[in-house]
Amino acid sequence: MRRFGPLAVALASFALIAALGGTAPNWVVFLTTMAFAKGIVALGLVLLMRGGLVSFGQGLFYCAGAYAAGLAMRWADASDALLLVALGGAVALLLGLAIAPLLAGYRSIFFATLTLALSMIAYGILNKTYSLGGSDGINLRAPSFLFYRAATPDAFGYALFVFTGLVTVAAAVLCRLHFDSMRGLLSLAARDNEIRVEYLGASVRRVSLGNFVAAAGLGGMGGALAALALGHIDPDFAFWTSSGEFVFLAILAGHQSVVAVFLASILLELVRSFSSQYFPNSWQMALGIFLLLVILFLPEGLGSLLRRRNPPPEAASLPVESLK
Amino acid sequence: MTALIEARGLHKSFGAVVAARDVSVMARRGERVGLIGNNGAGKTTFVNMVTGYVKPDRGSILLDGIDITGLPPRVVSRHGVSRSFQMPQLFQSMTPEENMLMALGIARSERLSSWRDARTPDLMAELHDLLARFRLGEYRDRSIAALPGGVRKLVDIAMAVTRRPKLLLLDEPTSGVAAEEKFPLMDVIMSALAGGEVAVLFVEHDMEIVARYAERVLAFYDGRVIADDIPTTVLGNEEVQRYVTGIVQ
Repeated sequence: MRRFGPLAVALASFALIAALGGTAPNWVVFLTTMAFAKGIVALGLVLLMRGGLVSFGQGLFYCAGAYAAGLAMRWADASDALLLVALGGAVALLLGLAIAPLLAGYRSIFFATLTLALSMIAYGILNKTYSLGGSDGINLRAPSFLFYRAATPDAFGYALFVFTGLVTVAAAVLCRLHFDSMRGLLSLAARDNEIRVEYLGASVRRVSLGNFVAAAGLGGMGGALAALALGHIDPDFAFWTSSGEFVFLAILAGHQSVVAVFLASILLELVRSFSSQYFPNSWQMALGIFLLLVILFLPEGLGSLLRRRNPPPEAASLPVESLK
Repeated sequence: MTALIEARGLHKSFGAVVAARDVSVMARRGERVGLIGNNGAGKTTFVNMVTGYVKPDRGSILLDGIDITGLPPRVVSRHGVSRSFQMPQLFQSMTPEENMLMALGIARSERLSSWRDARTPDLMAELHDLLARFRLGEYRDRSIAALPGGVRKLVDIAMAVTRRPKLLLLDEPTSGVAAEEKFPLMDVIMSALAGGEVAVLFVEHDMEIVARYAERVLAFYDGRVIADDIPTTVLGNEEVQRYVTGIVQ
């Protein structure tokens, strides 16, 4: 029964998402689609953070996935959403594989700064590469979904929402399974104590590289989905503010819960949406206050609310009797 | 009986400080060897060289006839050498049970699964056995930060034995533990290790512990081994009394 648990949860979650999307207004459908797409990118960042690394350059993979989907549509006339998202993930994953050896020896702020530098290099190159649209970027047409092509914008919005929900649920379930696996736990161990991990016979380097590449793949898929939802891509996908948003999301979610990542993403989209509507000239300040409150009152993120609590400490010294 | 571990002519210096001078040590299967010496005498440097944390400048280390000199800790561990630490090296965000599960999982898998639940029935059965052997059952779900020092030592050592090592190095297993807890702690450790063929080398400053639990004692002074014999002989050695124990007859 236990082995069917994740599948049952996945199917139920997907059914719920599809049903809610069918009754929600268009703006909610679009906002949630974007939240899911960005949540997938942030999920990759959470995967990386569980191993003790924070990337300030996740926008690079977000951008790579988006451009891979956009260019495949433009140059190869590819129009199927599944193919485009898979391609976005694959291109970002390969890019991650190529970069990973360069980053393998770095930790903490050095790792974060290097990833940021790489994403800003990509931003600069895309800005000046006119065959890729330069700073204006490129527009994308509406994709099809296997054999289904939406006839109206509303139908397309809902179809993309359902498709994004499907990818989100699949990514969430796979990540949950991974987090509970021995390799997933090893990430937490490496974050806590790299020396001990090595003395136990495991490779911290291999764990870090694996997480980095997987996070890159998720980043690419999220980027491709966001590009399809927006119908437009530009170099800002790789700009540091995009990467900063994913870091914010990961902090807001914490590393304990997969569901919390997507809740955090929806919450952030809502805060941004409403604050830009009601405080059009100072919505960034509203966002900053929100972040401040999260750090003060939920330092381990939304996921910490769902965490299993340890029993309170009782023994103050080694009870000699219990050892005799 | 043939040697399990044979270190020959190990030399290590850190700049102008010579931490090991021509150190040669041998231990047999199942042997309990105490390593004594003042701070800076070279005991921990020796342990670090054997476990791969420090690469010797000269000399060789053979384990069961295989040269493990200069190999990284990860590889040395896979050859059958495990260690515990003076300051227990635990995974702070995990419970003792999770710490030990992690160690068992790494020890039992050539390739760690990315998808299968870490808590497999086989691993959990082995974990329960390990918790019982080290009398850690009641602490299994506690936070590491809330554990008494002696329990942390036990978790540290229990993690080290998960790989069923041929050689186990314990770095000051009773340091930081209250005086009345030292013997019970060592009793638990030794009974947990009993029955196997693991050779145990333990660094210790408490001579009562050494006299009771070691079959042989190596005394270190100024990077050299100045005595190597049964405890009564080494502890009665004039040079050892002068430079190590400080008890001059």
